[in-house]
Amino acid sequence: MIEVNRQGEVWVFAEQEDGSLHDVVLELCGKARQLADRLGVRVGAVLPGSNLDDLPQRLIAHGADNVYLVDNERLAHYQTGSYARVLTTLIEKHKPQIVMYGATPLGRDLAPRVASTLRAGMTADCTDLEIDDVKDPRSDTVHEKLLLQIRPAFGGNIIATIVNFDQWPQMATVREGVMPLLEPDPSREGRVVSEQVEIDLSLLALKLIERHIEPRTVNLKGARVIVAGGAGVGSKENFRVIHELAGVIGGAVGASRAAVDSGYIGKEHQVGQTGTTVRPALYIAAGISGAIQHRAGMEESAKIIAINKDPNAPILSLAHYGIVGDLNKVIPMMIKALRERP
Amino acid sequence: MPYDSIVCVKQVPDTANVTADAMKDDGTVNRAALPAIFNPEDLHALETALEIREAFGGTVTAASMGPPKAADVLRECLYRGADRAILITDRRAAASDTLATSYILAKAIETVGRYDFVFCGRQAIDGDTAQVGPQCAEKLGIPQVTYLEQLVSLSERVVRIRRNVGRGWEIVEAELPVLVTVLESANKPRPPAAKRVMRFKRARVEAEIAREVGGELADASDDQRQAEVERRAAELKRAGLLIEQWSLDDIGADLSRCGHRGSPTRVHRIQAIVLTKEGHTDIPPTAEGIGQLIHELVIDRTLG
Repeated sequence: MIEVNRQGEVWVFAEQEDGSLHDVVLELCGKARQLADRLGVRVGAVLPGSNLDDLPQRLIAHGADNVYLVDNERLAHYQTGSYARVLTTLIEKHKPQIVMYGATPLGRDLAPRVASTLRAGMTADCTDLEIDDVKDPRSDTVHEKLLLQIRPAFGGNIIATIVNFDQWPQMATVREGVMPLLEPDPSREGRVVSEQVEIDLSLLALKLIERHIEPRTVNLKGARVIVAGGAGVGSKENFRVIHELAGVIGGAVGASRAAVDSGYIGKEHQVGQTGTTVRPALYIAAGISGAIQHRAGMEESAKIIAINKDPNAPILSLAHYGIVGDLNKVIPMMIKALRERP
Repeated sequence: MPYDSIVCVKQVPDTANVTADAMKDDGTVNRAALPAIFNPEDLHALETALEIREAFGGTVTAASMGPPKAADVLRECLYRGADRAILITDRRAAASDTLATSYILAKAIETVGRYDFVFCGRQAIDGDTAQVGPQCAEKLGIPQVTYLEQLVSLSERVVRIRRNVGRGWEIVEAELPVLVTVLESANKPRPPAAKRVMRFKRARVEAEIAREVGGELADASDDQRQAEVERRAAELKRAGLLIEQWSLDDIGADLSRCGHRGSPTRVHRIQAIVLTKEGHTDIPPTAEGIGQLIHELVIDRTLG
């Protein structure tokens, strides 16, 4: 761990794959900018990899002041050992006060390993981050301007706020899609700092034998409107009306875990704790009862319409607009109304 | 070639089935009202270890950290085929965050000594952090392979594992020893074996024996009770039914790295999720109602 360092920067781990940044990194840059402005410090982005020519400029356009570039052939592919070494080395050298990672499969593999080496705190899967003063109830000491790490826990039944008084840096993984993506400013200026970190071969413990990554075909996170179907849709054929409504609105198709498990639609459409977390301007939930796992992934939506046959379905109490009725009748009426709107 | 596995398991409140009864009036969760279950992904970790033992020989040791009641999940491990079960229980371990928990588990694993694999579920359903596995691996100084969905091959102390990496999968190769975190999609855990249930349902940790004796011999002196606890523990041990109970001293843990003292993170605040009805409008399922709704959404610019 490092000592409490109030001049320390706010850092983002810049996850990239084959030279393209993960979407969540740009969201984190925007949040880091906000937090750093509140603290009066700079934003740093740590970028390990190989041949990453134009990425530093993108990070700067999204809010980074300093990009710590670690360009090394041995970092071309992610490995826990080598990437953790880069992070721990640079954190010990520059002593940032906050380090954020995307709560991606890679981020959740890397971040705890870094925290363990540093013996620092680590909070997983945050959905919000704020800065505030916090009093330690044990000693009555007030710790100024701490990072409040806000996350769902207990299966999404509670929201916990976690703090780290003095075993810094304050570190968190942050869920994808929960931080607003700010407009990039291509004219922003920043510094690219080339860093050397020795990557001993012993840090590359795993051998990659084969890799198969699906192209990202469904863009749930970027959609302004999502039309989602659940078990109540009843069959793969019936899911057609969901696709049709999404088509008319110009939105994306989502699904509950129950619909995915029943084989009505592919897993890439799944919204919820084990799927994608979304917060569109409008979320239409059809035939979804509203299990906690699903709500955790969509309850931040600006407007929610729920269509359900069961007047007691929990989703109805979450919705801004509740329609108790048969989705096979209600959705065609919606499509008709949308087509006829002036 | 035989392989020895240690499986880390956790007893958790069943957060998937939280009802209104489980919420206290002050809005916090009443853990006592929730059934305690075997953390789902840990069952798949156990199954992976049992399958390796069946195919190659070796041993499976189950280890858990928790209160005496957590012996329940260790009995479940014995029912399913574990050779040995260890409970790390110590009041001084209470309030451990993931960093302290992984330190304690790593010390326990080092105390077991020989191992080729450490298996953990990817994450526990009460916290969903997925941190304890990787943090244990770091403390043990061994590589980690997270998100196992298939054990592809194992031979001459080299394992190939297919990991689920979200948008796809990869197969990686590692030399043992290695720590592996396991997903639910990895396998179908076997049910408890009836014969083993009959045999191991009497298995206890010493803390459980002490509680039973305390209840039965309420009027006896402390010395008498202690003697009875020791007698029963010795009897269970002879029958191979004593679940080992380790304290922080037994594993040589540095107390400054355990419990509250060893935990950098603090829970500052807890809020219950309350479903809000604020601004809720019921729309009748009629053409007029729905037409009106669409109109409203266009007016307030939700729909372009």
